[in-house]
Amino acid sequence: MIPLEYSLTLSAVLFTLGVIGVLVRRNVIVLLMCVELMLNAVNLSFVALSDHLNSAEGLLYVFFVMTVAAAEASVGLAIVVSLVRARNTVYADEVDLLKG
Amino acid sequence: MLQNYIPILILFLLAAGFGLGVVVISMFLGPRRPDPSKLSTYECGMEVEPGARQRFDVKYYLVFMAFLVFDVEVVFMYPWAVRFQKLGLFGFVEMLIFLLILLVGYVYIWRKGVLEWE
Amino acid sequence: MNFQMADLQLLAPHIVVLATALLVLLAEAFCKGERKGYLAYLGIAGIVVAALLTPRLFGPQRLGFSGMLAGDGFAAFFYFILYAVGILTLLVSQNYLRDERFEHGEYYALVLLALVGMMLMAGATHLMVVFLALETMSIAIYALAGYFRTERSVEASLKYFILGGFASGFLLYGIALIYGACGTTQIYDVMAYFKALPALTSSPMALAGIGLLTVGFGFKVAAVPFHAWTPDVYQGAPTSVTAFMATGVKAAAFSAFLRVFVVAFQGTHVEWSGVLWVLALLTMTLGNLTAIAQTDVKRMLAYSSIAHAGYLLVGLVVGTPEASSAMMVYLLAYAFMNIGAFACVIMVGRYGQENTSLDAYAGIGFRFPALGLAMAVFMFSMAGIPPTAGFIGKFLIFKAAVHEGYYWLTILGVLNSAASVYYYLRVIITMYFKPSPDEPAVDGLRVGPSAALATVLAGVGVLYLGIIPGGIIKLAEQAVRFMG
Repeated sequence: MIPLEYSLTLSAVLFTLGVIGVLVRRNVIVLLMCVELMLNAVNLSFVALSDHLNSAEGLLYVFFVMTVAAAEASVGLAIVVSLVRARNTVYADEVDLLKG
Repeated sequence: MLQNYIPILILFLLAAGFGLGVVVISMFLGPRRPDPSKLSTYECGMEVEPGARQRFDVKYYLVFMAFLVFDVEVVFMYPWAVRFQKLGLFGFVEMLIFLLILLVGYVYIWRKGVLEWE
Repeated sequence: MNFQMADLQLLAPHIVVLATALLVLLAEAFCKGERKGYLAYLGIAGIVVAALLTPRLFGPQRLGFSGMLAGDGFAAFFYFILYAVGILTLLVSQNYLRDERFEHGEYYALVLLALVGMMLMAGATHLMVVFLALETMSIAIYALAGYFRTERSVEASLKYFILGGFASGFLLYGIALIYGACGTTQIYDVMAYFKALPALTSSPMALAGIGLLTVGFGFKVAAVPFHAWTPDVYQGAPTSVTAFMATGVKAAAFSAFLRVFVVAFQGTHVEWSGVLWVLALLTMTLGNLTAIAQTDVKRMLAYSSIAHAGYLLVGLVVGTPEASSAMMVYLLAYAFMNIGAFACVIMVGRYGQENTSLDAYAGIGFRFPALGLAMAVFMFSMAGIPPTAGFIGKFLIFKAAVHEGYYWLTILGVLNSAASVYYYLRVIITMYFKPSPDEPAVDGLRVGPSAALATVLAGVGVLYLGIIPGGIIKLAEQAVRFMG
């Protein structure tokens, strides 16, 4: 039996990796992957907590989060494709037309 | 506690040993006469056309998006199918509505010509 | 499975709007012809039918679908705000899209799908529904923001998408921690749990969950310091989408923000109100100060929308039923004045040339009197000058704050509001008192019947709420009574 703290810590570490990734990486595809990593890190928390609390609600969250992540990925990739068509780049720091 | 895993370890070693052993034995025993068609990548027996590291047609991404929808849909159908008897008519109607909404999306991409390759 | 047919009544408006969206999508796929502007009217018809099904939700609260969705006055009032936003957006878009050569049915379908998400957020009484509704809304709006596929539009879409996904990650993590702390994420169960176990209010897991939810919602309502995406996205997106985002997303996000914080976390009000106090002040001040420096009207309206989020956060900090009803009136007022203002911004532009810089507005007040008058009304309302809707909204929020003894926040809020008059009036002064250049950038207005109708409706809404607000205020007060 893996203690709850282990899973929650792993989940927190993965989530933080995702957050750092979004903040420091430049490639839009990598940013997309980091956002997915954040969502899936939370999924791990849900599974662990669901087991710990002995309630199925956490597992239901996992199903829905997976779907949402898939929908986000497909819209995200569509945006990346139109970005490449409009600007011919996938680097976030080259996308800088709008500034104050 | 830990000795319960010993059979698994043995199985693991046997499997690895068998896999490695066969490769090593055939390396020593088998004859070797390489020619171009033997060295090329295996692609269903056809001539390889063109290299593997080419760019993919951007049309694949539309197919990917359609695929993703119908791939993830199964996440909801599987639990429903397992509990089909218990959910009864309500579950059935619910799933029909879900599929109907997906069907609208399918009809849309079909009419928009996403499924036509040329 | 405890499903009853009566539950469907709570979901009927959503079903109608969703069915309309699917119908629009099918019509786009099957009807011939390139120009699909008439589908906007199909969408409006759907919203009107949904609106007819909504009044019976007023009254005592009913929960349906195993406590996931509420039918109560609170939800119904927000549905009406969202219907107003939806109808005005569709009217404004129709003309604009024709002019920009983007008259596709998908646009209207996406607006309606986003609207379903917004409505679900207002009715949600379970954090899972809040999350799903938020995503339904957001994903549709990511696509809408990039709808024009120009460099700016795609850039806006990309920025909104990355930061929106980032924010939903935080929101979801917050939900997970609340689930861990309480063992449930049904909003009224969470409330009962916090009440039964006061010790829980100091549990690190619950507090971290509340903190992460604050970050997630803060992004969606564009509160400082989570506002960085707002100006870029508002400026780059098609103007009709900007109007939709600024009003609809804000109303929906605040409705969920309210129900989650004021109801579920009412036992921990002491803990979170301090943080939100600081956020409210920062949001108001930074929004207003930066708006003063803007020379682009769309961008100025983006910063002004941040400032408005700040005033609304004051209502959330107070957290009483009085403050909640004040926020509802404010959001309705904001919907009218903001969409109205953006409708005017659209009319000033023309194909391929948005004309959003303030210089383009020089002298157009006299050359186009009707437009000048409309823009002036909306700017006065945004600044909170009576007798307009904006004044009533601000007045109610600050009144609620004073009743609960938040004197400092009220004083700072009123000072902020006074400062904001500067940049709203600057638009009016530019329109009327600056001479037009010899070759004016604006040589005609792009105005069609639908856009004109939207502007008139928004103007009537602003003045109605400003002059005889009694009925609406009473309705909002009744609406929050059964919230819990």
